[in-house]
Amino acid sequence: MSKRIGMEVAIAAAEAAALCRFDVAAVYPITPQSHVAEHLSDIVADGRIDAEFITVESEHSALSSAIGAAGTGARVVTATSSQGLMYMHEVLPIASAMRLPIVMIIANRAVSGPLNIWNDHTDIMHERDTGWISLFAQNGQEVVDMTIQAFKIGEHRDVMLPVNVNMDGFQLTHMVEPILMPEQEEVDKFLPAYKPYAMVHPDTPVSMGTLAMPEFYAEALKAKDMAMAASRKIIAQVWKDWEKQFGRKYEPIEAHRAEDAEVLMLTMGSMGETAEIAINELRKHGVKAGLLKLKLWRPFPFEELKKLTKNAKVLVVTDRAVSFGGPGGPVCGEVKAALYDEPNRPKIVNYLIGLGGRDLTISDFVDMMKRAAEATKKMPAEAYEYYGVRE
Amino acid sequence: MKALVENFDIFAPRLVDKEEYFCAGHRACQGCGEALAIRQMCKALGKDTVIANATGCMEVISTLYPTTAWKLPWIHVAFPNAAAVGSGVEAGLTALRRKGKIADRYVKTVAIGGDGGTADIGLQALSGAMERGHDMLYVCFDNEAYMNTGIQRSSATPFGASTTTAPAGKASFGNKTWKKNLPEIMVGHNLAYVATACHSYPLDFIEKVKKARKIKGPTYIHCFSVCPTGWRAKSEECIKLGRLAVETGVFPLYEVEKGKYRMTIDPPEKLRPVEDYLKPQGRFRHLTPDQIKIIQDRVILEYKKLQNKIKCSKSWDELAK
Ligand SMILES: Cc1ncc(C[n+]2csc(CCOP(=O)(O)OP(=O)(O)O)c2C)c(N)n1
Ligand SMILES: [Mg+2]
Repeated sequence: MSKRIGMEVAIAAAEAAALCRFDVAAVYPITPQSHVAEHLSDIVADGRIDAEFITVESEHSALSSAIGAAGTGARVVTATSSQGLMYMHEVLPIASAMRLPIVMIIANRAVSGPLNIWNDHTDIMHERDTGWISLFAQNGQEVVDMTIQAFKIGEHRDVMLPVNVNMDGFQLTHMVEPILMPEQEEVDKFLPAYKPYAMVHPDTPVSMGTLAMPEFYAEALKAKDMAMAASRKIIAQVWKDWEKQFGRKYEPIEAHRAEDAEVLMLTMGSMGETAEIAINELRKHGVKAGLLKLKLWRPFPFEELKKLTKNAKVLVVTDRAVSFGGPGGPVCGEVKAALYDEPNRPKIVNYLIGLGGRDLTISDFVDMMKRAAEATKKMPAEAYEYYGVRE
Repeated sequence: MKALVENFDIFAPRLVDKEEYFCAGHRACQGCGEALAIRQMCKALGKDTVIANATGCMEVISTLYPTTAWKLPWIHVAFPNAAAVGSGVEAGLTALRRKGKIADRYVKTVAIGGDGGTADIGLQALSGAMERGHDMLYVCFDNEAYMNTGIQRSSATPFGASTTTAPAGKASFGNKTWKKNLPEIMVGHNLAYVATACHSYPLDFIEKVKKARKIKGPTYIHCFSVCPTGWRAKSEECIKLGRLAVETGVFPLYEVEKGKYRMTIDPPEKLRPVEDYLKPQGRFRHLTPDQIKIIQDRVILEYKKLQNKIKCSKSWDELAK
């Protein structure tokens, strides 16, 4: 049986990766991910698992050496944040094109300009189209669970894609939370040993990462996209397996009091927990409010979203990132695309919130919901609003 | 040595692996020194090797999907990161072997890149990999410019060469900087073995690769690779130009074993004038006698610096006594 313990979430993420018995970790430190890097190296240094830890000189090299190691058939973990994730950017689509199921733990953080180490979701949004599966955790427990699930999802023969697990920097990484930490035997039972499709080794000589002319390049992209599409089924299966073994349920969108809700809010990451309290407050005052917590950013759960928003009048989409000159926040753009063809779609109100660690309180969510409810009568003039931000 | 070369057909099969690991049919230019050097390197490395290749001519000409010229297991990821990819390969092989997931047999990791992928954009990854002490040989194939993308200058481009980003023109004599001394930077990483080589001296190069292969730890070989296309030279002069580079002292062949410098190919008693080397190459065509004189003086100076190291350096073993 899993033991309930109090643990800092960044450390718990590293513990979860260790439970998956990774062979190689290649990590470069950056706030607020550093405790993941440090703890992974602790685990290896203490001989708690048999693995190599590469103290790379940059994030570009972290992911590059992760690819090299995964190319040999090793189970590989890395972790980063913000500037580090962007520094890796060149290599992200190559990892997915090479179909290497590396797992990356991301402590989400704002990106520089101005320098800011606090949480928002800008870093991962820049990597949206690199062909990685993206999971979003709401709390420490989900970070642990998703890290373990990530290996099983990515390594499935129908998927073979890298997976990133997103946890809000500081809000999650630096919190001590009660966590049910699975036992080693439980994880061993859940996660089979990794059977790589190809290995760069003289016994199985292959050329990995070749050049493709126009007559093949498009096929490679399509294959990646097909794997991404195929992963929907595998993710659902892995989550079912997880629920059966550990009793905790996972869905692409977790709905809270949404069935009869007239005003729905959509969140991603840790703010879901704060928003949930706000929804309960509103319900107490007779407002038909509900909440959708997005857990799966890629592949995006279009069908689930359509079903869950069918009866709502207003959908408040919160975004912790900006798409400059775009249609609103990146999540909102996706939501609008998902609902465009629906005959009964809600009005959509988009708030850009929590940028660069800007605090979000329960009353902020209550206020946003109340103001958004007005949209049934009159839509706001602007496509999106920077909530509580000075001119 | 002379007798050996004369009877090369008799001796070569015993000296050089007959197996081809870098096969014919790739798309390198006629007279490509870099492809020849890779072929020689692979013969020296043998079967139990994994290659991590940086983007550049050699990757592009050898692995046009769905074909490959490589019989050795080979991985390419991007331009700046061959050394980092190699680090991961080495770590992966080490972990998997220790855990009994692959055959319990030694496999050498070798990372390779061009001068651009090594001296410029890949220098950080190379320095990191060498400093961390991976059991990895890195071979730089230096054709003195970014050839894959059309002969742009790199930090390994020699003084006075005309390239597409440092062209000779009315107000310019071409590249204004002196070639970066990458082998010396590698010596600064305290590697047990650093060497320079050239495909025009195949036995010397093969010997060096074999030596480096045996060392458990990071090693570095800088292989001068003639590029007739980029140097505006005749393709049939590839081998000759490599020899002229050595005989003029432009690119001396030496090795640094545990800190001890040693010449491996003795240049002629009196170095040939650099002009012999510069003349057959279109990239130096515009140089005036004064500019050639500047190059000549610098070559002599660098050569003397090297000789001084050969005279004064002692191996670490000797020093530790
Ligand atoms: C990040 C990045 N910048 C630029 C390029 C374009 N590029 C590809 S190969 C190359 C030059 C390669 O030169 P070198 O390493 O000397 O190898 P060569 O082709 O001369 O053998 C360049 C500039 C790239 N692929 N990636
Ligand atoms: Mg080059």
